[in-house]
Amino acid sequence: MIYAALFYLIAGITVVSALGVAFSRNVVYSAFALMGTLLGAAGLYAFLGADFVAVVQLLVYVGGILVLTLFAIMLTHQIADVQVSNRSVGRLPALALIVAVGGAMGYAIHRAPWVRGEVKPLAPTTFGIGESFLGPYLLPFELASIVLLTALVGAVVLSRKELRD
Amino acid sequence: MEIGLNHYLTVGLIVFLAGLFTVLTRRNAIGVLMGVELILNSANINYIAFSRFGSGNYDGQIFSIFVIMLAAAEAAIGLAIVLGIFRKFETIDVEAVDTLRG
Repeated sequence: MIYAALFYLIAGITVVSALGVAFSRNVVYSAFALMGTLLGAAGLYAFLGADFVAVVQLLVYVGGILVLTLFAIMLTHQIADVQVSNRSVGRLPALALIVAVGGAMGYAIHRAPWVRGEVKPLAPTTFGIGESFLGPYLLPFELASIVLLTALVGAVVLSRKELRD
Repeated sequence: MEIGLNHYLTVGLIVFLAGLFTVLTRRNAIGVLMGVELILNSANINYIAFSRFGSGNYDGQIFSIFVIMLAAAEAAIGLAIVLGIFRKFETIDVEAVDTLRG
């Protein structure tokens, strides 16, 4: 009972914050609503027994990406203005598309015969994830480090001032 | 009612739709990037829900870690590009940046 109530609380926070990101007029409010969504998603991961992914979500998303987004908002001072963050596609066509896509996907969620395995009791996942990363997923793991290094060097090069001219 | 797979998939669906709406209706480049983050998060929720209720092994969680890693790289590069556009054009309205229009 408490489990269901907690789930609905965290899912509600996630959904309401996501809608706040979508409908807020000020991009700074959107960024803070995004924090609610990311925290709620981390809570959902913890509910699903993925403790390691929940912590990674906190560290990388809330601690890294969100702070980076806020920095970008502060550095480009004009974007807090309402005029810049107005709509290009009208709200009505976008809403029509959302309703169509959401209807199709909701129908699929309810009707699809998902393959169900047995749900194991909650257990720490760090050991299994580490084994997988150094076993069957070794090549993607190493490629990921190269991608991250390239992205960091690229971001530094792109945002250097003296390369502007 | 038991909290099952469908509950998590529904939460993922709503987050995905909010992200799609954000991407469609924003002219602000940083707003568009935030919509992309929402979409990636909804995919992650689905991955981990299937990892728990479907296969039961770690593949879904490992994919979601890769998604988080790529989102970090995407945010770093995307925001660097946005800052570069802001320096060049003095705006981050995505419709003002049409130098390549033929």
